[in-house]
Amino acid sequence: MNYQFNWSVLWSGQSGGWLLRGLGTTLALSGLAWLVAVALGIVSGAMRTVPWKPLRVVATFYVEFFRNVPLLVWMFFWYFGVPPLLPLAIREWLFDHGAEFWAGMFALGVYHGARMSEVIRSGIQSIPKTQFEAAVAIGLTTFQAYRLVIVPIALRLIVPPATSESLNLLKNSSVALTISVAELTFQTRQIETYTARAIEALTAGTVIYLGLCVGIATIMAHVERRFAIPGLIARGG
Amino acid sequence: MLDLAVIVNNFTFLVVQGLLGLGGFTGGTLRLAIPAIVLGFVLGIFIGIARLARAWWISVPATLYVEFFRGVPLVMVIFWIWFIIPQLLRLPIPEYGVALTAFVIFEAAYFGEIVRAGIQSVPRGQVEAATALGLTRAQSMRYVVLPQAIRNMVPSLVTQMIVLFKDTSLASIIGYVDLTKAAQIVNNREIRPFELYLFIAVVYFIFTYSMSRIAGRFERRLA
Repeated sequence: MNYQFNWSVLWSGQSGGWLLRGLGTTLALSGLAWLVAVALGIVSGAMRTVPWKPLRVVATFYVEFFRNVPLLVWMFFWYFGVPPLLPLAIREWLFDHGAEFWAGMFALGVYHGARMSEVIRSGIQSIPKTQFEAAVAIGLTTFQAYRLVIVPIALRLIVPPATSESLNLLKNSSVALTISVAELTFQTRQIETYTARAIEALTAGTVIYLGLCVGIATIMAHVERRFAIPGLIARGG
Repeated sequence: MLDLAVIVNNFTFLVVQGLLGLGGFTGGTLRLAIPAIVLGFVLGIFIGIARLARAWWISVPATLYVEFFRGVPLVMVIFWIWFIIPQLLRLPIPEYGVALTAFVIFEAAYFGEIVRAGIQSVPRGQVEAATALGLTRAQSMRYVVLPQAIRNMVPSLVTQMIVLFKDTSLASIIGYVDLTKAAQIVNNREIRPFELYLFIAVVYFIFTYSMSRIAGRFERRLA
């Protein structure tokens, strides 16, 4: 293989700007979708523990159906399938304001909300009942027990799986290129199309994703250690 | 409203071609998913064991492999294989080969982590007892550690198999005619996106959900 590398294609011409804009779109898409996913995850995770059955059934249906179908199918469904059913005014507004971005964000958020829900539920369930009983025994009210004991422990338990789930969300945002959201992978492909430099373009995209993932994982590992309660929770639960 | 005729009329194409891969195109979700799961798991066993090796020149590359592929989107890996292999081998590779290679390489990193965690979950005393009985390291791995480790791995393995099964939909990006691509092809002609994508969502769901139910029953029996 005698391939002549030409790394300058990454900053000459429009490529540099494309990469930066792609990175910006990836971060915006993932950030907004993450907020949706966390909100849906908390609501549905909590709903699955309430004593009223219809609520549990709705939440279980949401979690099982949405996390068991490929994200790509959801992207197509929300982008191609749903808008024709919306009222004309909403549809026009959407297509004037980047419908593919909003559909992609919604697909990503709703899909990962179902997965986040499982992370939150298993985090709460892994706290021993005795923690709550001990808190009440030393005179805390139920509210105080939750605020001072259960929630602080649950948050610490959830940090590692929630981090890896958030990184999955970030990596999965690349699937939005299929509905032509101009995120990082899309821009990488565009550079490849314009310059015919596949290896250089893919390397740039790969390095940026790796940097983001390794960076976030390192910061969160530090957070986990910084807030660990000595003797209570061994590393990694 | 819901036009189910589009599903009925194209049912054969969607299921026979898209799901099973027995139509005129090379394709099929199952024809890609099953070999990808088997080969990915086999490569994953080697990677998981390599990560625990005493020699650094085995464990460090295995660790780098896992960390690299877990930090990169699968879509990116598919594009890498799609561009690199034809350049390296100087011959065109069919979409099936590209997709299968990408899935095996990518998912082996995740399977490797599961295998490593499974092996580490076997108490040290088991290995010591095996050594005391006179088994070699390879024998104790083969007869003592792995049988117990695989039992502990079952839940995460099934989760990963479901993830891989869903991920095969990404092969449609490079033109492989799986279930998702088949729905796209039908939709281009019929323009019924809501019905078609909801239908394939239900088909995927039936497979993934029954996989997790069967695994749950299997797990209870092993426990």
